[in-house]
Amino acid sequence: MSSTSYRQLTLNGLWKNNPALVQLLGLCPLLAVTASTVNALGLAAATLFVLVVSNTSVSLIRAVVSDTIRLPVFVMIIAAAVTVTELLMQAYSYELYQILGIFLPLITTNCIILGRADAFARKNAVPAALYDGFIMGVGFGAVLVLLGAIRELLGTGALFADMQLLFGAGAEAWRWQVFRVDYPFLVAILPPGAFLVTGCLIALKNQIDNSLERRARARAATPVAGSKRVRVTGTVS
Amino acid sequence: MKWLASIGLSGTVLALFAAVTSVAIGWTYLGTKVQIDFEVRRAEARQLLEIFPADTHDNEVVDDTFVVEADTALLGIREARQGYRVRQGGVIIGVILPATARDGYSGDIRALVGIRSDGTVAGVRVVSHRETPGLGDKVDLRKSDWVLGFNHHSLINPVLAGWNVQKEGGIFDQFTGATVTPRAVILATRRALEYATLNSAQLFGINPDSA
Repeated sequence: MSSTSYRQLTLNGLWKNNPALVQLLGLCPLLAVTASTVNALGLAAATLFVLVVSNTSVSLIRAVVSDTIRLPVFVMIIAAAVTVTELLMQAYSYELYQILGIFLPLITTNCIILGRADAFARKNAVPAALYDGFIMGVGFGAVLVLLGAIRELLGTGALFADMQLLFGAGAEAWRWQVFRVDYPFLVAILPPGAFLVTGCLIALKNQIDNSLERRARARAATPVAGSKRVRVTGTVS
Repeated sequence: MKWLASIGLSGTVLALFAAVTSVAIGWTYLGTKVQIDFEVRRAEARQLLEIFPADTHDNEVVDDTFVVEADTALLGIREARQGYRVRQGGVIIGVILPATARDGYSGDIRALVGIRSDGTVAGVRVVSHRETPGLGDKVDLRKSDWVLGFNHHSLINPVLAGWNVQKEGGIFDQFTGATVTPRAVILATRRALEYATLNSAQLFGINPDSA
């Protein structure tokens, strides 16, 4: 664990190399299930779990599996992790399982998971691979939930509806009607809204990156603007 | 023969992983099976009890099933599905029939229609649909209580033409911006009532266990 520090991994997963906003991987579930916060949260948790399990297992077996057969082995591991997740969700969160429907088994085909297995987990030790899976999952999940919340708010005027599907009966009261709508802004909930909101999020991220870069460059360009004195002691490096 | 050995090794490793992952899945499957069966049954029973509340009958509706043969004309079901009997003191006081509306806005709308032995609607529940969120999905009780408007209606109340949305001369509300979806559910309910009338002897027969 010398070349990549945990800080670097965190920064990559959450921002610089965010799976959803930068790598643009796993767009299908990203766009399809984010019509509400609870759906997004459910899929985010399932994806996170699968990422951690698959990254850890791939890292564990990285010495045993040769390059030629690594992909089929990875696919088997991922498919098994997804099936196990699906069964667990069906057993302990049945209603959410019904809502997520086909998108749960489709996690298998989410490119982030195979991507992280092949690009990171098979070259790194178990703790680093586990952490990478976790933080990539969090980065992906954060965008999912944000997208779900924005679309739910625009489309229904409320936030956190139906949370009892995930957190049990007590969570019914979490629904927060932010504003009343007689005619919901439907396009936000429909598939086109997913593209529009995702596009805006990506644009916002790029905007922030650009302005940060500009500020950094400006600071680097004018470091001695205020002082004209010449340094006469010490050494100049 | 080095290549043969390498293929053999790869094959063995692959087989090993196939075995390990299969065991993991099988083990989880066996471990969760009871819980999953329980959840599926509970979800089913909850829906049935919404149509016929627990205090109206004394049998275990979810276990009292019968086969409803495929019937595309009235029930709209292409293959045999399950119906449920509701009894009080052994007498059948109602049935719950599967009904599918094929004329919705987006794909099939599957519903359960509860019908009392006197021919009135006990309740309608949309089980699955893909109608437009925010417009057509108000047929779902989680989104709106529109389906409760069917309760206590029958084929003579209203008569035939009344089974439609208000916009087209019926007595049932349409939703703002959606006519197709509610009309499909209304017509499917009416057809289910017609099916129950045509088959009333079989459905509500005195002693269906011997039939």
